[in-house]
Amino acid sequence: MVGLIGKKLGMTQIYNEKEELIPVTVVAAGPCPVVQIKTAGNDGYGAVQVAFDEVPARKVNKPGAGQFAKAGVGPHRTLKEFRTDGTESEFQVGQIINVSQFELGDTVRVTGRSKGKGFAGVVKRYHFKGKNATHGTPDRLRAPGSIGQGTTPGKVWKGKKMPGQMGNKNVTTRGIEVVRIDSERNLLFLKGSVPGSSQGVVIIKKH
Amino acid sequence: MDASILSEITANQLRSDLPAFSAGDSVRIHVRVIEGDKERIQIFEGDVIQRRGSGIHATFTVRKVTQGVAVERIFPLHSPRLAKIEPFRRGRVRRARLYYLRARKGRSARIPEKRR
Repeated sequence: MVGLIGKKLGMTQIYNEKEELIPVTVVAAGPCPVVQIKTAGNDGYGAVQVAFDEVPARKVNKPGAGQFAKAGVGPHRTLKEFRTDGTESEFQVGQIINVSQFELGDTVRVTGRSKGKGFAGVVKRYHFKGKNATHGTPDRLRAPGSIGQGTTPGKVWKGKKMPGQMGNKNVTTRGIEVVRIDSERNLLFLKGSVPGSSQGVVIIKKH
Repeated sequence: MDASILSEITANQLRSDLPAFSAGDSVRIHVRVIEGDKERIQIFEGDVIQRRGSGIHATFTVRKVTQGVAVERIFPLHSPRLAKIEPFRRGRVRRARLYYLRARKGRSARIPEKRR
């Protein structure tokens, strides 16, 4: 099953057929032309490489332009591979994959680059409670507290939750329902939220 | 493709048959209640204490006091479940959010009628 590359447009609400107001994320998904078929014999693994978001030719570098020219596909901004078993493929180079492969009610998994929060403390990053705001607390309102015991074990356990980079990493949300498909404008309406910022690139795969 | 596509998507779900009303008005909301395969109209009568949001996200809150118990219900403005919104009294209020009514009972919780 080959997924689809899309661009998150943002969130809104729509009324479903039960007249309930449900939150949706609108994703401009595809059309994604197949640029290359990778096979186990040729490349050591099987994959279908698809492109998304057409751009002017000056936006791609020479190696990229060559790749698109070979496939007979216009230059695109994003390339992404979807692994296959590598034997034979139902896809051909130049074939367009679009939202029509999804049906209403399908559950999909959506991968996106989450919004970066920078170097975050434990209160923001792991929802630690912090300390009392009053009762004589010194300037340690958002401190993590103790990070371990004493001479035994004499170390800090691996995986201890501490401050660090938060966000700006790939996040996959599973079990997202497709509630509406606009094949004319290549839009997918996904119930609830989807990782990443608006205008961010997301990858939508069927379960 | 930009954010304006979002308002375009919801545009056909917005209702154009809604009367003008604002916070302080007294309204009767005719709500379509669906029970199994039967459908009936239930009327919720009270004062609008706030309107918020825009576009498809717009909602309003109606407050009524029944037998000493206050009930507030939040309705999505453009919900197809609202058979009718019937404002029957314009209130004279000086703010858009009438949360102060929650702390009041009896005479002081009344909203004076707007004079023309």
